[in-house]
Amino acid sequence: MCIKIRLSEMEPDSQGRISEIIMEEKKERRLLDLGFTEGTKITCIGESFFGSPKAYRIRGAVIALRTSDAGKIYVEMEEKE
Amino acid sequence: MKEKKTIVLAGNPNVGKSTIFNQLTGRNQHTGNWTGKTVEISEGICETEHGIFRIIDLPGTYSLYSRSPEEEIARNYLMGEDFDSVMVICDGTCLERNLNLVFQVMEICPSVMVCINLMDEAEKKGIRIQLEKLEELLDVPVIGISAHSRSSVEKCRKFLETAGKQKNCLIPAKDIRTRMKEAEAVCRQVVSAQPYPDQRDRKLDRIFTSRKTGFPVMFLLVVFILWMTIFGANGFSDFLLTVNFWAGEKLKIILEQMDLPRWFCGLTADGIFRVTGWVVSVMLPPMLIFFPLFSLLEDFGYLPRAAYNMDRPLECCKACGKQALTMCMGLGCNAAGITGCRIIDSPRERIIAVLTNVFMPCNGRFPTILMVISIFFTSGAVWKSSLIPAVCLTALIIFAAALTLLVSRILSETLLKGVPSFFVLELPPYRKPQIGKVILHSVRDRVLFVLMRAVMAAAPAGALIWILANVKENGSSLLAVCTEFFEPLGQVMGLDGVIFTAFLLGFPANEIVMPIIIMAYLAQGAIGNVTGLEEIREILLSNGWNLQTAVSFLIFSIAHWPCAASAAAVRRETGKISWMILSCLLPAVTGFVLCSLINILLEII
Repeated sequence: MCIKIRLSEMEPDSQGRISEIIMEEKKERRLLDLGFTEGTKITCIGESFFGSPKAYRIRGAVIALRTSDAGKIYVEMEEKE
Repeated sequence: MKEKKTIVLAGNPNVGKSTIFNQLTGRNQHTGNWTGKTVEISEGICETEHGIFRIIDLPGTYSLYSRSPEEEIARNYLMGEDFDSVMVICDGTCLERNLNLVFQVMEICPSVMVCINLMDEAEKKGIRIQLEKLEELLDVPVIGISAHSRSSVEKCRKFLETAGKQKNCLIPAKDIRTRMKEAEAVCRQVVSAQPYPDQRDRKLDRIFTSRKTGFPVMFLLVVFILWMTIFGANGFSDFLLTVNFWAGEKLKIILEQMDLPRWFCGLTADGIFRVTGWVVSVMLPPMLIFFPLFSLLEDFGYLPRAAYNMDRPLECCKACGKQALTMCMGLGCNAAGITGCRIIDSPRERIIAVLTNVFMPCNGRFPTILMVISIFFTSGAVWKSSLIPAVCLTALIIFAAALTLLVSRILSETLLKGVPSFFVLELPPYRKPQIGKVILHSVRDRVLFVLMRAVMAAAPAGALIWILANVKENGSSLLAVCTEFFEPLGQVMGLDGVIFTAFLLGFPANEIVMPIIIMAYLAQGAIGNVTGLEEIREILLSNGWNLQTAVSFLIFSIAHWPCAASAAAVRRETGKISWMILSCLLPAVTGFVLCSLINILLEII
């Protein structure tokens, strides 16, 4: 069974797949261009000192997002790596 | 007759477009390992055996449809201008995402070439790309190169000659999600990778960005760079100062023997020559060390990590995380930092970053600040052990950063109200810096540039100061009149009239503040034979400096007004004189308030 959580809630070193982005169109488009399309594998690879931003690996690149933004992206979690 | 063609370079940010551009055209676009380094379109000529190519370097974009400024520039160029072929440059370590842009360009341009860069890096990470297969699938010419190797440059030149020969049909426009799926499908066929290609990067990230070590490592890095700078610059600076004063003496003697008017000898030798010489002596050695070290860090890929660590406080101040990058650049030169603010997309956040950049002490202020620190806080032991001053200077930089945050916060609560915009920061792979090249480039492009600008400012300022100090009215010089006028204001701030006047006259370049102070104290219109720290210490102490003066001086040297070059940069970047005036008032008022408060506090104690 898959659990759906916010991207910002992902623990470092856990992996999931993007399921939904709920954001205004302009921001969503930006994320899509970075490869944040539904079904894409995403791994949280670390968090900074203050807990935000966190860094995520997606399509071979590492992108950092603030909690406020990553909270609007939902992921389906898989088992830990 | 060679054929003439125009080739446009497009590609994701930080895939090495500028490196390729430089190597093809022999130009010197500044490059660094971070996203958004190139913010304008640049042009150059590349001549090969068979053709002359006009190369256009577009700013890096992830897409042509996201409406950020650089994407608009790129799209407008591709849709509106006349050219023969587009070369889309891709990152071999991250091909899947890069293909999205390739597809988008193929939708609107009939002649597309694909150049996969960073093949060496990809290979090191165990990523293999079958170029022939990719060429077949995309149906456009493809080459793979590693922009830093010589053979690749040749290969790339040869590749250029095929430009425009092969036309591809425009592919139909499709939805981004479909495009990504297609990119995945292509990559599945041409890319074979090991399961964890970026293990080394992640290990380094654990050191540079993790919760526990991110900040301590950042602190240590700053201390280390400053320590190296101070340690390395000491002897060299002293040597240059000695040579400079010796040469100044000789120059004066020669001029006097030539029977030139006395005022002319004084103006040239004591005014222009000495002040300029001073600026070069105190500025050149630290810059020669600081700028290359900074460029090495930049090339390595550390700067985005610093922004990553610093983002949360900036978010709290409703500013952009990329402001951390421009603050770092401000440490080198504020004018460069202000120009660098172009990487910030939101106009509101960009103006905040522009207005607050001068709070970061730049390289031109380091020598003066260091002098005061070593005289008053490390009991003159500086020149021997440079670690303590380095730590003090780091503390001062942290204070400056805190001040930047505070002022940013105030601005976003008042004049520039708004919510933080969307923030996406790419953390690029770490790259081994090209040590030789980095040193060469930073010396040629940054050190000499900043130094020339300082000298251009120092020479006329030297003349002006000499005139002010030597033109007498009712028995006292104009300089004395000035300093007397500002005395009450200086007193309120815990400074004196001389220091305040020096900062005012230091507007062309901050480096000349200390020479002006010394000249004014000696009241002889020349720096005199002041070569060592000891002598400066004597002069300052005998003119009423104490710990309180030093504290106020340090604060005021962080927050006064921008130098002429920075003010001009603010005007250029914001397009309005009103912002420029604000950028002068903002730090000046902040500095005045802080100094006065501290002065009052210390008086009470």
